Amino acid sequence: MSEQGNKTGAGGLIKRVFVKVGVLPFFLLGALIIFTALSSKFLTGQNLVNVARQSVYLVLVSMGQMLVLISGGFDLSVGTAIALTSVVSASAMVFFTGIFPDAIWLAILLGAFTGFAAALMVGVVNGIGIAYFDVSPFIMTLGVSSVGAGLALFLTGGVPVSGLPFEFADVFGFGRLWGIPVPVVLAVICIVVMWVFMSRTRLGTQIYAVGGNIKAAHLSAINTKRTLMLAYMVCALIASLTGLLLTARVESGEANLGGTIALESIAACVIAGVSLRGGIGRVENVVLGAFFIVLVQNGMNLAQVSSYMQMVLLGVLLILAVIFDQMRYRIIMSGR
Amino acid sequence: MQATTLVETRGLTKRYPGVLALNSVDFDLNKGEVHVLFGENGAGKSTLISMLAGANTPTEGSITLNGETVRFESVADAQAKGIYTVFQEFSLIPTLTVAENIFLGWEPMKGPFVDHRAMRRRAREMFEELDFPIDPTAITASLSRAQQQMVEITKAFHGDLSVLILDEPTASLTDREVDHLFGFIASLKERGVGIIYISHRIQEFQRIADRVTVLRDGAKIGTVAMADTDDHALVEMMTGRAITEIYPTIARNPGPVLATAKGLSTPGVSASDVEIRAGEVLGIAGLVGSGKSRLFRAMMGLVPRLGGTVTLHGQDVTRAPTREIIRDGMYYLSPDRKAEGLDLAKTSNENLALNLVMGGKGVGRTGFINWKTIRAESERIADHVELHDGYRQKLVSQLSGGNQQKVLFGKCFGQEADIYIFDEPTVGVDMGTRSALYLLIKSLAEAGKAVVVISSDLPEVLNLSHRMLVLAHGRISAELSGDEMVEDQVLKYFFDESGATA
Repeated sequence: MSEQGNKTGAGGLIKRVFVKVGVLPFFLLGALIIFTALSSKFLTGQNLVNVARQSVYLVLVSMGQMLVLISGGFDLSVGTAIALTSVVSASAMVFFTGIFPDAIWLAILLGAFTGFAAALMVGVVNGIGIAYFDVSPFIMTLGVSSVGAGLALFLTGGVPVSGLPFEFADVFGFGRLWGIPVPVVLAVICIVVMWVFMSRTRLGTQIYAVGGNIKAAHLSAINTKRTLMLAYMVCALIASLTGLLLTARVESGEANLGGTIALESIAACVIAGVSLRGGIGRVENVVLGAFFIVLVQNGMNLAQVSSYMQMVLLGVLLILAVIFDQMRYRIIMSGR
Repeated sequence: MQATTLVETRGLTKRYPGVLALNSVDFDLNKGEVHVLFGENGAGKSTLISMLAGANTPTEGSITLNGETVRFESVADAQAKGIYTVFQEFSLIPTLTVAENIFLGWEPMKGPFVDHRAMRRRAREMFEELDFPIDPTAITASLSRAQQQMVEITKAFHGDLSVLILDEPTASLTDREVDHLFGFIASLKERGVGIIYISHRIQEFQRIADRVTVLRDGAKIGTVAMADTDDHALVEMMTGRAITEIYPTIARNPGPVLATAKGLSTPGVSASDVEIRAGEVLGIAGLVGSGKSRLFRAMMGLVPRLGGTVTLHGQDVTRAPTREIIRDGMYYLSPDRKAEGLDLAKTSNENLALNLVMGGKGVGRTGFINWKTIRAESERIADHVELHDGYRQKLVSQLSGGNQQKVLFGKCFGQEADIYIFDEPTVGVDMGTRSALYLLIKSLAEAGKAVVVISSDLPEVLNLSHRMLVLAHGRISAELSGDEMVEDQVLKYFFDESGATA
């Protein structure tokens, strides 16, 4: 947003930024101004570090959601993948701790992998339905999300799974590595891997191609079904990792984790310029988009906006973002 | 004379960003006349009728109907004034019955309710009058393409029809059905209806046309009375030059057979044999709906293969998925660049990059993509297909049809192949680009690749190919080569109902 030395003026500049990166810079600027005005605590180093730590979970899920959105679908079952991971991994950890009381880390590892496997099943079922049976992503993931949530509640009878190994929460919930919270470290690793995956590997390119024009991708020797499967599976796995981190944070396996995260992650992606038509989206923008959502929630908390009104505002933000996305798409396609 | 003029356009112009689709066209239609619009793909015929039909508004110029200036905001607007258009793309709703489709928007009512019985009865009467054998209670989706075409035409015959626009109505009809249609057009003429008729089938003009207007590159070349002209003169008006100039001479060096289909069948195509040879251009001709495209889509595995075998480099690939066939060296260029060829929301460089990545160029041993190599390769391909520098960073959706087609051609140079199947390679492309694309085909064939050109544009097939197959009604009706490849011969096999091979 530096000086362009251009005679198109402020309006032209705003339009150029809007077309290039989307609505996010404007939203971010607006949020910073509004919340700084409303609360003196908002724009402090301490608070921003806090936001960064809180945003880890949404950043992770949003990256998975991005993958699916770019492939031309979307995933409403990320919350279910989180809940299922939470109860399955917690139950498994408790079980394996009973079997290997002397090898706590083995029990934790086995528990985590059981959780990953459960979430992977969610991704596989989504992928099979969408890629091989042409079920619309909306119905498929909505249905799977009901199935998964039901199973998670059934497995636990609705009661949180407690008695997790102390070390698990100590490291993954509250631990620090080189002074940085472990979840943040894991998120950064995921961001880097995801960035490399999307921009430097063939599979990443294939996901963009399938979302951009699936028939053209098919005629370019891409296995479109496998690509779609992969997108949903990776999405579920990332959600699963998030579920594990959240489980460590709350120190119990809970079936109600991740309740609103599907909506939030889609909002984060759309605000970050991921196209709902598929084919367009960038990892770094999505990370910023998720950060923005958490920033707004944090700001509203500081400004003492009730949690009910927060839901209203989040919905409004999502719809606004989609409207702006439509405008942007029209501008891009018409060539201004 | 003035009294009989129904529709008149003066200086009608349509400009799209970067494209002048129609350039100041004066056109008029008299009562009780069949006025044919003739021209190549992209000459502006569709643009002209879309404005008369109300689907599009002119940038400049005026349209007058019965002496008064009109401005149509929508297709419904034009229909209310008595102008009805049968577009190539059907406006039928597949889930409704035939009768419901015909009466969509003007259903017969009984009080506040739709009178379905009257609807069915009147639809049946209309079909009887037209002698179209269609059941009004059938679900539209269950009809064949030709039958749907008939329903579409039937839909037009109601109310106070004064102008009927038919956009390639006979493309998917059989001879018998065409006779019915022409009979009906004659009876409409007697009632004073003016008919604008678009067709590529020049052999039809003698039967029905009163006058012909020829368009080229968006401009009107001239209007002639059919009685004063002949096919030859019309084609020359259409192309604007002797045909031989556009088409290069391609040297023929037949090599080994690279791919074959034996007894291959698919829905709409009965058992067919094809041999594709290196160093040779194989032309495929036939009407729309003759199965010429489907046959090769079946070879590529894009439509289900019901029987027969396909071999590629001697290997049986009958059950192989499309991506393996492409990897083994058979490339298929889609006839529909927008729906299944290009990613419109990406730049042309990005579109080319996809095939480079899939072809393994610029992908290192580590599996990571080297975008620098990819970029250099896409530039090289863009140079090769003569895509102007300024277009390479632009979104494909912003390019003209010709430049989009160049990008589509460019994609096939990203993945190494020995066999190139070009399905309608120059559809909707201007003359300059066409000759550039023909030169690409020439260079491929002379480099020892096998090239297949499938085209509804007969001169294109006749002039490019060394050997050709003609398809009619889902079967190969002739294989021609050398001196046999002349228009009259081929046209004979277009309508061949027996399926005998020459």
